[in-house]
Amino acid sequence: MRTHALLFVMLAGCMQAQVTYERLLHAAEEPQNWLTYSGSYLSQRHSALTQITPANVKNLELQWMSQARSLSTFEATPLVVNGIMYTVQAPNDVVALDAATGRMFWIYRYTPSADARPCCGRVNRGLAILGDTLYMGTIDAHLLAIDAKNGHVLWNVRPAGASPASGYAYTHAPLVIKDKVIMGVAGGEYGIQGFIAAFDAGTGKEVWRFNTVPHPGEPGNETWGGKSWEQGGASVWVTGSYDSDTNQTYWGIGNPGPDWNGDPRPGDNLYSCSVVALDADTGKLKWHYQFSPHNEYDYDAVQIPVLVEMEWQGRPRKLMIWANRNGFYYVLDRATGQFLLGKPFVQVNWANGFDERGRPMQVAGKAPTKEGTLIMPGNQGGTNYYSSSYSPHTGLFYIPTWENTASLYVKAEQEFTEGEQYSGGGPRGPVGPIGGRGLPYFGKENEGFGAVRAIDAKTGEKKWDFKMTQVTEAGILTTASDVLFSGGRDGYVFALDARNGALLWRASVGGPVQSSPITYMVGGRQYVAINAGSSTLVYALRQ
Amino acid sequence: MRDVTICLLLLLPGLALAQHQFDPHDAEAGATRFMNVCASCHGPDGNQVPGIDLGHGRFVHATSDQQLVDIIIHGISGGGMPANKMTESQAYMIVAYLHFLAESGSKNTSTGDAARGKVVFEGKGGCLACHRVMGRGSRLGPDLSEIGSLRRSVDLETSILNPDAAVAASNRFVRVVTNTGATITGRLLNQDTFGVALIDPQENLRSFDKSDLREFTFLDHSPMPSFRGKLTDENLSDLVSYLTTLRGAN
Repeated sequence: MRTHALLFVMLAGCMQAQVTYERLLHAAEEPQNWLTYSGSYLSQRHSALTQITPANVKNLELQWMSQARSLSTFEATPLVVNGIMYTVQAPNDVVALDAATGRMFWIYRYTPSADARPCCGRVNRGLAILGDTLYMGTIDAHLLAIDAKNGHVLWNVRPAGASPASGYAYTHAPLVIKDKVIMGVAGGEYGIQGFIAAFDAGTGKEVWRFNTVPHPGEPGNETWGGKSWEQGGASVWVTGSYDSDTNQTYWGIGNPGPDWNGDPRPGDNLYSCSVVALDADTGKLKWHYQFSPHNEYDYDAVQIPVLVEMEWQGRPRKLMIWANRNGFYYVLDRATGQFLLGKPFVQVNWANGFDERGRPMQVAGKAPTKEGTLIMPGNQGGTNYYSSSYSPHTGLFYIPTWENTASLYVKAEQEFTEGEQYSGGGPRGPVGPIGGRGLPYFGKENEGFGAVRAIDAKTGEKKWDFKMTQVTEAGILTTASDVLFSGGRDGYVFALDARNGALLWRASVGGPVQSSPITYMVGGRQYVAINAGSSTLVYALRQ
Repeated sequence: MRDVTICLLLLLPGLALAQHQFDPHDAEAGATRFMNVCASCHGPDGNQVPGIDLGHGRFVHATSDQQLVDIIIHGISGGGMPANKMTESQAYMIVAYLHFLAESGSKNTSTGDAARGKVVFEGKGGCLACHRVMGRGSRLGPDLSEIGSLRRSVDLETSILNPDAAVAASNRFVRVVTNTGATITGRLLNQDTFGVALIDPQENLRSFDKSDLREFTFLDHSPMPSFRGKLTDENLSDLVSYLTTLRGAN
């Protein structure tokens, strides 16, 4: 009898260690862990932890740091499960660390194929976990299942047609829903045929596929003139979100190809620069909204779909809020995709409003030319892949913002060659200095600057700015105690009062922050982890 | 697009690279390929990635044309440079265009006497009071030891006559006023959200927390005086010719 009881306790312990789908579904209810890329399926990057407060955050001190052998900049968000941190050292080495001390348990080293050609850096944004298995996409378009206990590979698949030599890659953290691992392919600068696919978590077998560039016979293919869909791009490089009530998973889609010359691809070019809502079981399209039809400014819609419940016109409503690279802030009904609000959150000159169906009204003449056309925001947009944060406590939406930026958009003729960048021109600028990332910076504010920008999620009205001298590629984390964490290109991490933007704490970390912070708790102590350069730094209150 | 039909290339003295024989049409084709493949990251002039200036032969990893070709095709493992699917001859076209950029950037059209120009520079012009050349002169203003490989003679002449016409961001001057009332003017060396670094007229390296400053402003005008009317036409031509000979220690 006693033996049976002990066995039960041991089994219960094992079960607790397993990250079940139920735990992922209720991830926000165990804030001591960080179980998904954005902290929960709602992707608010908001934690219920309250040990660190506006009053005591000044007492944060470095607890440990982990330096990688890799020189590539870290963009990964770590996962933390029961005191163990799992993260990715760029491009695709996975490590398991003691989350309280940084002590390494194991490292899995992956050598990408020499054919890998991610357009914009050999980066990875993180892992997913289900049970005792970690999942990672690689820059040569493989999806790996890795044993979380020892770092051994359980399976390794590459989806059909996703040749790295043709520009296909995986850079974002997978999203696990139920028994499936969902991934979208990167490679929008190579004229790939984009898609999102779900894989069986146990075997790696592809279960469904949604073509982000519709093939002939699929709805939306008619929005690509001629055979232009064949080089349509529409990549995915940031993790999506999930609403279990509607069983819809939401994904932001990247630019069409070629980027800066729309002549070869007449039409709206669905589903580029859009958000798509897919049935999580089948991959079937439930609805879509295109932020930037027929885009020629490289305004990927690869931001995190942030799901919120807030009062809208007098009644509670399930919404999706979105600060887009194109410079507009959006509110959509996440059940139906209905457009509810579109408002600039930075200076914009390419569109001057929306029609009744939510289609942006493009300003005449604001298209790339051979001589160049000045467009605001600039090519990197008003924001980009960096995680924003929503605090239900303040009702504010916090956006890593690039303000006062512009680019001269120049278009060029280009024949498509498989495996070669298919851009059709390029941006000149941004106007003003670009630099930093470990080098001196000389820019003026009117040449562009970065900010943590807080807006009222209901109205899009700006509430406050925390300005940075340089632009920023750091994501944002908020907590229920109204502390906001972020960083910037100029090598700082800092904490702000989420209510008013007041600076509460900062530390010089000596390298650009191009990832998003997380928080977790081990042994009753709250930690904050953030990457800078190719290191992970972890802070906690002084004891 | 630049006009790349003029004869350029071949063995350019300004580039510290082992050279390769190019056909002019290579550079023209390379310009198109550069704009489509490279410019989105490196910028149209090849200087958008900090620390790298492709248009002036300033590379981090390559010391020869062949190495450039290898990097274009295979990328840089561990760096941000991706591999590109193209043939060696296509990559060489891009390298040919880079040679063209370097040549067009340092083209000397001045007809003056460089030896006399050096005398003007060090004497009547008083340039060493602010500028430094090969270890001589002040560090306050821009070091001109390589200016001949960075700027065209027409641009140099413009800067001498109208110093505000084009000031590189790295040559900007600022003024700070501390909370205690001290005012310091100098050339900006770096800035970030919380601090400022500059070199002052006494060549001291100064660092300030912005919280200790009541004022931090960029100067509207370059501290360099205009030499319009202060130099003869011959002085000016000689001075420009001298500056175009300054191409670094090598």
